[in-house]
Amino acid sequence: MLRKTYERIDSIGRAIITIEAKNVHNKELAEVIYPDGKTAFAQVIALDGHKVTLQLFGGGFGVSTDCKVRFLGHSVQVGFSDDMLGRVYAGNGQPIDGGPQLVSDMTRVAGPSINPVKRLIPKNMIRTGVPMIDVFNTLVRSQKIPIFASAGEPYNRLLANVATQTDADVIIIGGVGLKYDEYHYFKERIEEAGSKSKTIMFVHTHRDSIVEGLMVPDLALAVGERFALQGKNVFVLLSDMTQWSDYLRQVANAQDQIPANQGYPGDLYSQLASRYEKAADIEGSGSLTILGVTTMDDVTHPVPDNTGYITEGQFFMKDGYLELFGSLSRLKQQVNDKTRADHRSIMNAMARLLSEAEERVKAQKFGSVKDEYSLRLLDYRKTFQRELMDPFLYLELEDALDLCWDILANHFKKEEVGLSSDLVDAYWPKKGEFKILKLQNL
Amino acid sequence: MENAKGKVVSVNESLVGVKNTEGSVMNGEVAYIILEDGKRLKSEVIDVKSGNLVYLQVFEDTSWMKVGDAVEFTGLPLSVKLGPGILGTVTDGLQNPLYELAKKEWFLERGMVVEPLNTEVKWHFTPRVKKGDLVSGSSILGTVPEKLFEHKIFVPFLLQGLYTVESIIGEGDYTINDTIAIVENDTGNSIELTMAFDWPVKRPMPFHERSVPAETLPTGMRILDALFPIAYGGTACSPGPFGAGKTVLQHSIAKHSRADVVIIAACGERAGEAVEVFKDFPELIDPRTGKSLMDRTYIVGNTSSMPVAAREASVYMATAVGEYYRKQGLDVLILADSTSRWAQALRETSGRKEEIPGPEAFPMYISTLISAFYDRAGVEILADGSKGSLSIIGTVSPAGGNFDEPVTQATLLSTGAFLGLSRELSDARKYPAIDRIDSSSQYPSLISTEEVRFLKELLKEGKTIASNLLLMGERGITNDAYITYQKSELLDAVFLQQNSFDDVDGVTNPERLRMMFNMVKHIIDTPVHADTKEDIRSHFNFLRQAFLDWNYLKIEDPQFGKQKTKIMNLVKQKADVKENV
Repeated sequence: MLRKTYERIDSIGRAIITIEAKNVHNKELAEVIYPDGKTAFAQVIALDGHKVTLQLFGGGFGVSTDCKVRFLGHSVQVGFSDDMLGRVYAGNGQPIDGGPQLVSDMTRVAGPSINPVKRLIPKNMIRTGVPMIDVFNTLVRSQKIPIFASAGEPYNRLLANVATQTDADVIIIGGVGLKYDEYHYFKERIEEAGSKSKTIMFVHTHRDSIVEGLMVPDLALAVGERFALQGKNVFVLLSDMTQWSDYLRQVANAQDQIPANQGYPGDLYSQLASRYEKAADIEGSGSLTILGVTTMDDVTHPVPDNTGYITEGQFFMKDGYLELFGSLSRLKQQVNDKTRADHRSIMNAMARLLSEAEERVKAQKFGSVKDEYSLRLLDYRKTFQRELMDPFLYLELEDALDLCWDILANHFKKEEVGLSSDLVDAYWPKKGEFKILKLQNL
Repeated sequence: MENAKGKVVSVNESLVGVKNTEGSVMNGEVAYIILEDGKRLKSEVIDVKSGNLVYLQVFEDTSWMKVGDAVEFTGLPLSVKLGPGILGTVTDGLQNPLYELAKKEWFLERGMVVEPLNTEVKWHFTPRVKKGDLVSGSSILGTVPEKLFEHKIFVPFLLQGLYTVESIIGEGDYTINDTIAIVENDTGNSIELTMAFDWPVKRPMPFHERSVPAETLPTGMRILDALFPIAYGGTACSPGPFGAGKTVLQHSIAKHSRADVVIIAACGERAGEAVEVFKDFPELIDPRTGKSLMDRTYIVGNTSSMPVAAREASVYMATAVGEYYRKQGLDVLILADSTSRWAQALRETSGRKEEIPGPEAFPMYISTLISAFYDRAGVEILADGSKGSLSIIGTVSPAGGNFDEPVTQATLLSTGAFLGLSRELSDARKYPAIDRIDSSSQYPSLISTEEVRFLKELLKEGKTIASNLLLMGERGITNDAYITYQKSELLDAVFLQQNSFDDVDGVTNPERLRMMFNMVKHIIDTPVHADTKEDIRSHFNFLRQAFLDWNYLKIEDPQFGKQKTKIMNLVKQKADVKENV
């Protein structure tokens, strides 16, 4: 079908153009044709009479009033096939690994959400081998959970570890605002782990336009959802959603939207939610699990704050440790009663004692900690940190639980730990007979 | 009168401008935008401007809409269908049953419409009026059994004036679309009535006679029922940062509260949470009725990835259904999670309309809307003298967990109980993480006012001593103060904290609550004689352990009595030391 080409652009902003056109559809995709014949994508974001506002995937720089615009008659789509496994794509959906383009089986992007009645209650634990996750904040299939961390923490390493150490059928990496070396790191890790043939990368680096960066999660999730509907267990990694939110803020600002908090648009919550909510365990099909990264300094900042209300918990990384406080898996209760009888109780007891110890850390600053029990609590805290909080530790869940008992027995009397008597009788190790804890380390 | 028609002139996400080409338009009326593929998108008039320009908020995704698309106005406000068959169902924010939608498509494709109430099920109708009787709006025509209740079939509430029953159908099985009665007024206006009728969701249902909330609504949660109670017909708000336990709190109340009907309005929250409820509840037996918990539950879900404009509709839908079951003489409880998402939806629309924003870009009128919403809760004395009530517990998700923001503040002014959730408590795993000091309730508790004051004072004292302890260490405070501190910690650990995930500890009925309170009181009232802090701490460790073990035992368990004796003996040991000397 021949499509009309519009010859004149009315206004050009940072990432927005307007033209006069008729019979244009909301969210329709268009091609901007430069005088030298190069093309770039743009999408309709608003209509007002004959005035059409388009968002430029390539940014506004270099666009001239004599560029032409041609509407394509469809909205944003992404190809879908098994041949995508092992490939790398940009945020505009084009391959950047030198391989052929895919045009088969085009799939709509950012489609409607699945009917909640087609969702299953998540009930399958994902074993990661990371004690702070498996014991304290168990990851569950179809969970959506980000890592909260300051820029510079090794969150991408943890992301790559978790994806490759588990039994995911398909891994989709959505990189938003990656530094080149981060992109390179993901590529290498996936190859090292022998996971390349089950991995697809959608990558936006700092040299690409922000609108392409905004597209990355949608592309990754649309493709992931298709695999999940085929019965695959899919892991989608999104790093970094704080940069994604920043791009959203820039685009909203360019559209003169009234900002809500710290310049972010009022729909930040809904925008993040419509992506994260793609995570699902689907009746009679596969599942889609989302592991994200939200870089932050302060958890009350609008991005981690809105994210926390959407996701099913978060892993909080600080100073290279996976922290207990600040981390949460909302779905852990669905699975940690089916692992081992002591799992829930010991998890709670360890946490309660650590929280008591944290009080003493505060008190220590006043020099008021002198009693024997408080000193033991502080020792316990050190052992806990050393033995459990390293995110790159690998321990089977059962060993990690035994390690918890060892640590308790090493620092406390039975009646101090607040565990029910039958559990204590069953699991309390005799002094000097620890299963996992190495005393020479102490 | 012909309904108005129009054409789309502008599209900006969910806000669509329409040129009204013929007929008159009412603010708040429902309109349909017809896309070129014939799909009809439901929307609502939210603004009428000069020059025949009308603004619609569209309840569905506006992709592929174009300028010139046809618009049909309906002349009717956004309404809910009321009648038998609501209980046990799950609908979206526009009352489309989700299980029925799933039979058509796995995904929530736009433009799909399903009958809100099942039109094929036959209900066994027993008439209560006879030919010649005089009736008016909300008179009872008859009853049908629905799940656990006798569902009263009303004359539609909006019917004005007196009507005479011309005919009434005999006892038998009918669908909600069958005519069951014909009524006529003295001007000869004759109306056929069925078992269901529409109600405009945004209009509060008038009370027959309003009364004040005066009776505790037991929730099974000790910290609420003892310290910060909810009342039948009362309102409460639970603001808190994410991860502080709002969801677990709501689910626990939904399961265990002593209401006849529980309505869950999942507004802009995670789909997974609603799924947990509607997949788990049918399997759970309500010990009070012996029937499935789902039989008393209605879920209206506009989850966070569903169209934003329908969030508001979902909240009002839940409220109108709640008011309807109150008119049935039942005690209804609405759990609205989260009212902040509704407010944010209003903020998005307000921004697109380019209204001048109030604090944090929320529209200026947000506080008025919130107060009016909570005002729909209340106790109603019905025409036959029986009582019904509607209680509302709304969660608030304040940005950054900071309660000093417009939605939390407006909600605090409109509700009778404040259950502030605290991250500090949830980090310390002290669940439910309801702030023991700052929370409040104006409703009667299951324990006496003096007993409540007694507990609150101990908690306050304990907190003061805890901060001294932090500053000065154990050696810096007296043994007596240390004992008071340990007592307050014990009260928190064994009475206020509760494990929602345990079958026994997760729910405490009023009788057991009394028993536990008496024990706690006994411990607090009994002096402790010990020489060292180590001694004191160890004594309370043993006490806490014994009490917690007791909490996990069923009352029927033969160990229950023995464990109680064990606690009493522990208390006695330290109390007796001095006398022995």
